[in-house]
Amino acid sequence: MSTTVYVPRDATALALGAEAVAAAITSEAARRKLDVRVVRNGSRGAFWLEPLVEVQTAAGRMAYGPVRAGDVAGLFAAGFLEGRAHALALGEAGSIPYLKNQQRLTMARIGVIDPLSLEDYRASGGYAGLAAALAMEPGAIVQAVTDSGLRGRGGAAFPTGIKWRTVHDTQAGQKYIVCNADEGDSGTFSDRLLMEGDPFCLIEGMTIAGLAVGATRGFIYLRCEYPHAHAALNGAIAAARAAGLLGESVAGSGKAFDVDVRLGAGAYICGEETSLLESLEGKRGQVRFKPPLPAIKGLFGCPTVVNNVITFASVPIVLARGAAHYRDFGMGRSRGTLPVQLAGNIRRGGLVECAFGVTLRTLLEEFGGGSRTGRPIRAVQVGGPLGAYWPASKFDTPLDYEAFAQGGGMLGHGGIVVFDDTVDLAAQARYALEFCAIESCGKCTPCRIGSTRGVEVIDRWLAGDRPAVQESLLRDLCNTMTHGSLCALGGLTPLPVLSALEHFPQDFVKPRAAVAAGS
Amino acid sequence: MSKRRPVSVPLRVEPGADLPADERAAVLEAVQQHRQAQGALLPILHGVQDRLGWVPPRTVPLIAFELNLSRAEVHGVLSFYHYFRQARPGRSVVYLCRAEACQASGAAALEAHAKRRLGVDFHGTTADGRYTLEPVYCLGNCACGPSLMVDKELHALVTPERFDELVAKPS
Repeated sequence: MSTTVYVPRDATALALGAEAVAAAITSEAARRKLDVRVVRNGSRGAFWLEPLVEVQTAAGRMAYGPVRAGDVAGLFAAGFLEGRAHALALGEAGSIPYLKNQQRLTMARIGVIDPLSLEDYRASGGYAGLAAALAMEPGAIVQAVTDSGLRGRGGAAFPTGIKWRTVHDTQAGQKYIVCNADEGDSGTFSDRLLMEGDPFCLIEGMTIAGLAVGATRGFIYLRCEYPHAHAALNGAIAAARAAGLLGESVAGSGKAFDVDVRLGAGAYICGEETSLLESLEGKRGQVRFKPPLPAIKGLFGCPTVVNNVITFASVPIVLARGAAHYRDFGMGRSRGTLPVQLAGNIRRGGLVECAFGVTLRTLLEEFGGGSRTGRPIRAVQVGGPLGAYWPASKFDTPLDYEAFAQGGGMLGHGGIVVFDDTVDLAAQARYALEFCAIESCGKCTPCRIGSTRGVEVIDRWLAGDRPAVQESLLRDLCNTMTHGSLCALGGLTPLPVLSALEHFPQDFVKPRAAVAAGS
Repeated sequence: MSKRRPVSVPLRVEPGADLPADERAAVLEAVQQHRQAQGALLPILHGVQDRLGWVPPRTVPLIAFELNLSRAEVHGVLSFYHYFRQARPGRSVVYLCRAEACQASGAAALEAHAKRRLGVDFHGTTADGRYTLEPVYCLGNCACGPSLMVDKELHALVTPERFDELVAKPS
């Protein structure tokens, strides 16, 4: 009888040597004349255990990790195909505490199924949401999404149902569904994990959105830094078309919907929805003025739903299990779950999907296990390069959009970058401005010029040149950028700068000529 | 006064006729493949760069002609996006992540080492033409940094020693 062994083909697992592990398992099985079927799944998101190899046994999927190619012969010798003991054995995969203690709704399938197997997807509840949606009036689909309390997971947290309602209510010959898969924030990888580990889920969510608002065309705007996600999406789209789940008549309903993947070209600003639309139209990714909102005049001037990957991927379960099921998770006005990403200097980095309400401390200590270097955690940056730097005194903040905003921060796309006590927050503040200068689209002056001036001011300050003057200049500049910029890039760059200054003023005191010279 | 004779000005209707054959073929192939797509310019620039490794500025007139755009429009798009290259790269492009999550894991030290080891700054190509070093702002491998990507292959937990192994491999 053939034994099924799972070896992830997720980008992080591959970067840690999964390809060599898969090859070693195949050749060792051949050498021992054993019938082994290797399935390349996505990653469950417990990255410190990658490559995480799983074996299907009568007792469940037994996990071993992190496995190096050199460990494979030993695993065979120890009888891992029967789930026997080994130094790398972790027990049944789902019982690993890091995974067991999560509440996975959106990311329930990643690492479990073969991402490109439509049978696996259906067998694990896939396309139940679409089936439910096909039995509903478009307005009722929009209502279900509204009732679920789902808010845009890209970072702005705008209620998804309201956006869909606007597109639904706008009359037009052509409407579009656009997925923002330009996951450019450092410290985030949940979009990538989902696209590589469960691409059908995104396609299903976009298809439901198309039915809800009356759009027949969809685009996934994917960053070009994600070649593995690109391949997975293209494979899944081809399979969905072949099965009649995309095309002229979705699942035989007579309603058309199809999706194409478009690649970005390394511009962070294209994660901003209006520059993303410009880029999709084949232009420079420059921010548009709003209004008109994309929901009214979006792609090629047509009403367009623009949502993040995780937002679309959360829709199938809302439709399949009902709005109330999803809404019952969470706290306050933040309903459902958020796939949090533990990144940077963290011992157990990876994806943690939890209901809103869990505290930063729980995430950092119980899931993350402290810093990778073993030194105290001095600061975290939540919400990407435009998020605030927070000290340990704020670690009891619950995961909630409003609580983060109230604390002077931003939850954003749920990325948490951890820094130990060797971090220099003045250097981080300088980097925030430098990054803004590199990535500014150039349309508005506060962002285009302000970022460059900001770097110069910080450099003079850290070099000891009239610090009080520079500080007041910097604060004034940040005020201009916050209130005068056209979009979030210029408008939020002051957040990491001023939060570093507020919580870690001592880092700005000593002359630090080395910071300026270093980069 | 002499009567002015009408002078016919020959219109150059075939831009790109003087391009090297491979560049001309790359453009025409990419145009052929994507012309029907809405907003075709980015897919076409990707197509050219996938084939040639860069988008030679001298191909801009041909791309513009084929898409009925102005040269300024094509140049504007080509020069806006960090990923599109207007200079011939080395045989391999090393994309080194310098975003926050990698910084928290030692990316600054790796960056300094990489520049020293290759003898180039960012955007530079080594004298032997083997490597071009580029910064990148996030590869989505943020729990296992520092990260870098060489020839679309991602590497995690890259120490200076590991970097030396990666660039020592014969290419």
